[in-house]
Amino acid sequence: MLELTNLSFQVHDEGRDKGILRGVTLTIPDREMVVVTGPNGGGKSTLARLIAGIETPTGGSIRFNGADITAASVTDRARMGIAFAFQQPVRFKGLRVLDLLRIAAGKRLDVSAACEYLSAVGLCAKDYIDREVNGSLSGGELKRIEIATVLARGAKLSIFDEPEAGIDLWSFQNLIQVFENLRRNIRDSAIMIISHQERILAVADRIIVIQDGAVLRQGPKDEILPTLIGTAAAVRACRQADQGGAQ
Amino acid sequence: MKQLDEIQLRLLREVADLHEVPEGAYNIRANGDSAGRASTSNIEIVPKQKVSGIDIHIKPGTKNESVHIPVVLTQSGLKETVYNDFYVGRNADVVIVAGCGIDNCGNQDAQHDGIHRFFLEPGAHVKYVEKHYGSGDGRGRRILNPVTEVHLEENSSMEMEMVQIKGVDDTERTTRAELKAGAKLAVRERLMTHEKQRAISVYTVSLNGAGSSADVVSRSVARDDSYQKFDSRILGNAPCQGHTECDSIIMDRGRILAVPGLEANDVDAALVHEAAIGKIAGEQLMKLMTLGLTEAEAEEQIINGFLK
Repeated sequence: MLELTNLSFQVHDEGRDKGILRGVTLTIPDREMVVVTGPNGGGKSTLARLIAGIETPTGGSIRFNGADITAASVTDRARMGIAFAFQQPVRFKGLRVLDLLRIAAGKRLDVSAACEYLSAVGLCAKDYIDREVNGSLSGGELKRIEIATVLARGAKLSIFDEPEAGIDLWSFQNLIQVFENLRRNIRDSAIMIISHQERILAVADRIIVIQDGAVLRQGPKDEILPTLIGTAAAVRACRQADQGGAQ
Repeated sequence: MKQLDEIQLRLLREVADLHEVPEGAYNIRANGDSAGRASTSNIEIVPKQKVSGIDIHIKPGTKNESVHIPVVLTQSGLKETVYNDFYVGRNADVVIVAGCGIDNCGNQDAQHDGIHRFFLEPGAHVKYVEKHYGSGDGRGRRILNPVTEVHLEENSSMEMEMVQIKGVDDTERTTRAELKAGAKLAVRERLMTHEKQRAISVYTVSLNGAGSSADVVSRSVARDDSYQKFDSRILGNAPCQGHTECDSIIMDRGRILAVPGLEANDVDAALVHEAAIGKIAGEQLMKLMTLGLTEAEAEEQIINGFLK
């Protein structure tokens, strides 16, 4: 279980303090898939990065399975069971997809096990397993490999920062299946997804709307989703496609 | 074969992956003397008369054979220059493993300058692997200055893998190649320097024949206070294709100078160079840390992958 209490994040910009997050308090219990949505610039990605430890909060606290992790390093949080999928995946010259999956799994994963994670994100495993995670892969391929590394971690809390960003419509169908499968096999873990996509919101147990750095509202999907349809918080994939692909 | 001591055997393992006497032709040089030599029916190794070194004659059509010519130095103060010439017959296809390991526990410099010349007849193919390694805690420096000359006749090809990862204090590597029509050269250099080490690598590749091609790629890491210079020049003197690339990571106070050079002397010469130097990207470290590695472990993974 993840508990955020009065979490704040301020930056100093153009001579004045600006609150990116202003006192966010929320809980993500185990066995729940939560989608965090809301307008761009509202603080969603910052929230995800604070939980993973990539950014340090300027106020408030983070507790994970009872332990205060507010000051814990990224590595310590990862080892405690928090996994994070970057919105913009990182490229590595020389590291192969298999290497990255092995690091993620924290053990000498055999090739067939590694291939299962790639198949789960809709990649033909044998074509990718020995490829370098470099500029020769497309944005969509990198994104799916990024998601596969999080699957390989088998974490207690998996955070996905805008998994749909940079993915084409065809891959998007696959992505929905990935999250539906994750939801089915959630067991004692928790999943947090930052997304605007109506179809991803539809997989959630609970939806949290963040706007202007604060929780605007939260509740069960059936209660929150109808209030979001047609707003920037719940975009249909086809509308994005009309505008030239997913953003 | 002469009995080698433990340190010499360890150096042999480092530079040539040799755990015992190699199969095929070989010449093992230890502290300035031959410690063992064998020819085969297709590959003859003959010592030179006037200077130190050997001539290696590989018969036309020789396939699936290898030549190992490692050098180990464990005597502080020893300086040597060795001339090795390889004559590779028409349509032969062989692997040549060279390499030099120096262990210097003394206070005087130890230096090995290997002058290698390759003459490939038409259609021949050579895969050449050269590893440099240094160890020992003496104040004397470990110095290696290899000079490699490559002469490629029509439709011959050579792949060169040059590796220097640890312990060599000072290197000036000079590589010159001349290619005739349809000949191909591929160079993969991997280099890591530490402490106050200095490594200079200069390539001059002349593409003289129509349809010849060269691909010279260096990946390097400069740590601590070390310095590297990569100077790679490709001359396109005919319709040809040339590509040179230097990709480097700098750490600590390391410094790197990359000087890619292209000279097109024929309107159908297609030449490309790429050079990139930078520190390890923060987001790469961060990604691996979110997978549970410490910053130091993440750095090691990134460098190992980069130099693989």
